[in-house]
Amino acid sequence: MKRSNKPIFWSLFGGGGMLSALVGPALVFITGIAVPMGFLLPRETMSYERMLAFAQNGFGKAAALAVIALFLFHGCHRMYHCLHDFGIHVGPGLKALFHGFAIAGAVAAACLLTAVGFP
Amino acid sequence: MKTYVRPMTAWWWRRNPFYRWYMVREASCVFITAYALELLVGLARLAQGRAAFEAWRESLASPGAVVFHVVTLAFVAYHAWTWFNVMPKTLPFVRLGGRRVPDRMIVVTAIGSAVAASIAVFLAVWWYRP
Repeated sequence: MKRSNKPIFWSLFGGGGMLSALVGPALVFITGIAVPMGFLLPRETMSYERMLAFAQNGFGKAAALAVIALFLFHGCHRMYHCLHDFGIHVGPGLKALFHGFAIAGAVAAACLLTAVGFP
Repeated sequence: MKTYVRPMTAWWWRRNPFYRWYMVREASCVFITAYALELLVGLARLAQGRAAFEAWRESLASPGAVVFHVVTLAFVAYHAWTWFNVMPKTLPFVRLGGRRVPDRMIVVTAIGSAVAASIAVFLAVWWYRP
C-alpha cells in the first residue's frame, strides 16, 4: 500500500499551530506594533545592523526559518482545508498548489538566510 | 458512479454563532500566512542591503501596516485561545502518576506556558534593546 503523506503535512500544520499559539501574538506585537511605533521598545531595535547580525547568527537563522516555514505550512494547510467549507472540492492539484506554496516559501527563507552570510 | 452531493451555499456558517466563531478561527490562517510572507519579504530586503531594508522598515510604520498588525494580533490570539482549548482532544491521553490529567489542567497549563513564553520573548528583546 502506498504510504500517505498526510502525517507529514499534519505534523507541519501542528508545529506551526503550536509555535504561533505560543509566541505568535508576542512576535506580531513586537515586530508589527511595538518597534515600528517606538512603543515600549525603541524603533532602532530592528535596525539594519541588528537584524543583519540576528540573521547571520546561528540561533537567529534557526528561529527565523522555524517561524517563517512553520507559519506558512500551518496557514496554507488550514487554507487548503477551508476550501471545502466554501464548497470547493479539492483534488491533488489544489493540494500541490497550497503545500507547494509553503514549501517554496520555506526554501526561499533557507536560501535568503544563507545569502545574508555568516558571522 | 455518480453520487448525490447535497447543495450547500458558501455562507452556511453565517446563521449559527458556533459556526461563525469556527470561521473566525479558520480565518486566522490568512493572517498567519500574510505575517509569514511579510517576514519573508523583510528577510529578502535584508539580503538586498541597507537601503532596501530601511524602506521595508519604514513601510512597517505606516498606518495601514500598524492596523494590519493590530488585526493580525487579534486573530493570532484567538487562534492561540482555540488551539489550547482543543488540546485535551488533540493530545493523546496524558497520564501523571497513573492518573489521567484532567482536561482543564491541560488547558490551564498550556495557556500558562503561552503567556510565560510570550513574556520571555518580549523580555529577551527588551533586555537586548539598543
